[in-house]
Amino acid sequence: MPEAFLTLLLFQLLGSGLQMLLHLPIPGPVIGMFLLAAALLWRRNRASVNQADTARAGFDSPALGALARALIACLGLLFVPAGVGLVTQMPLLMANLLPIAVALFGSTLLGLLVTAFVMHRATHDRPAPEKIADTGGQVL
Amino acid sequence: MNIAHTLHGIYARFLPEPNMETLFWLCVTLGMFALGIKLQLRLGRAPWANPVLFAIVMVALALFATQTPYDTYFHSVQIIHFLLGPATVALAIPLADSIRLVTRSLPAMTLALLAGSITSVVSGIVFVLLLGGSHEVALSMAPKAVTTPIAIAITEQIGGIPALTAAFAILGGIIAAMIGESTLRRLGITDWRAHGLAAGIAGSGIAAAQVAQRDPVGAAFAALGIGLNGLVTALIVPLVLYFLPG
Repeated sequence: MPEAFLTLLLFQLLGSGLQMLLHLPIPGPVIGMFLLAAALLWRRNRASVNQADTARAGFDSPALGALARALIACLGLLFVPAGVGLVTQMPLLMANLLPIAVALFGSTLLGLLVTAFVMHRATHDRPAPEKIADTGGQVL
Repeated sequence: MNIAHTLHGIYARFLPEPNMETLFWLCVTLGMFALGIKLQLRLGRAPWANPVLFAIVMVALALFATQTPYDTYFHSVQIIHFLLGPATVALAIPLADSIRLVTRSLPAMTLALLAGSITSVVSGIVFVLLLGGSHEVALSMAPKAVTTPIAIAITEQIGGIPALTAAFAILGGIIAAMIGESTLRRLGITDWRAHGLAAGIAGSGIAAAQVAQRDPVGAAFAALGIGLNGLVTALIVPLVLYFLPG
């Protein structure tokens, strides 16, 4: 588990470093996410070519998968500290209540519908099998 | 407010130590989120009973009752906020796991991404202006569907109010998490690829979090949606503003 956490932190560090060096408009953790995905794919690809039985060795460990699942399971909680910051914006929000409320609802709903509808229509292959895992109370 | 005064008195008396304060607010935050999840389960997993929203409201009430400034609270629960970084990186694992599905639906994804990004930006601006909101509010609304750090960078560039954009990003995410899945299901869209991408593009972090918890394929497409939507919106917003009258 310590190695798995180190992997995540190292890739976040790498992503944030790249973002600062190259003045990229994307946040460091998001860059880190893409880099880690690429590294995982590269490693799995090489392992399958070499027919090695160490396919899941190194940083691509079961522990990393377990840690990722645990972190993603409580992803919602991690937004609470920033979300409470809404209280500092209450006067501004209240001053423009109607346009803000309608625009937030309308625009979010439209964005959801258009994205999902285009995706739904444009994917011609079989839909990914639906599996709503019962995660024992961790369903948000 | 006599009760608030009494509560603040108790709070100020028992929490003089910085460590106690950290512990106290960590417990309140975790406790309220756990309570929110319990309530949601009790309500038959109703998506509108969003535990993130519940925790935010309850913590805000607790801050008010104890007259604690937001900065003090944020400092206390810094560790929860910090974990957002590693958790974002962790989305790489479901992404790598479902790479076959991703490459297979690449053309569809590109189309959906462009359509969703443009719809979000344009409709946000148009709704605010139609209902008599100020130009500044409209500008702050434009990048609201993007993950917060990118949204703030875009707002600063085009002259919106960063704090307002951050608030919109969070509120929009909560709305998308509350109504997204049930609305799409009612329209017969059950594919997790569509659900994940839509949540990542229209609802940024909070909606993506909800889908990611439900399904690994949804998590992969939500992660892609967040990352790619940031890029596309950063390019689209200046373009849209160029055509905006006034």
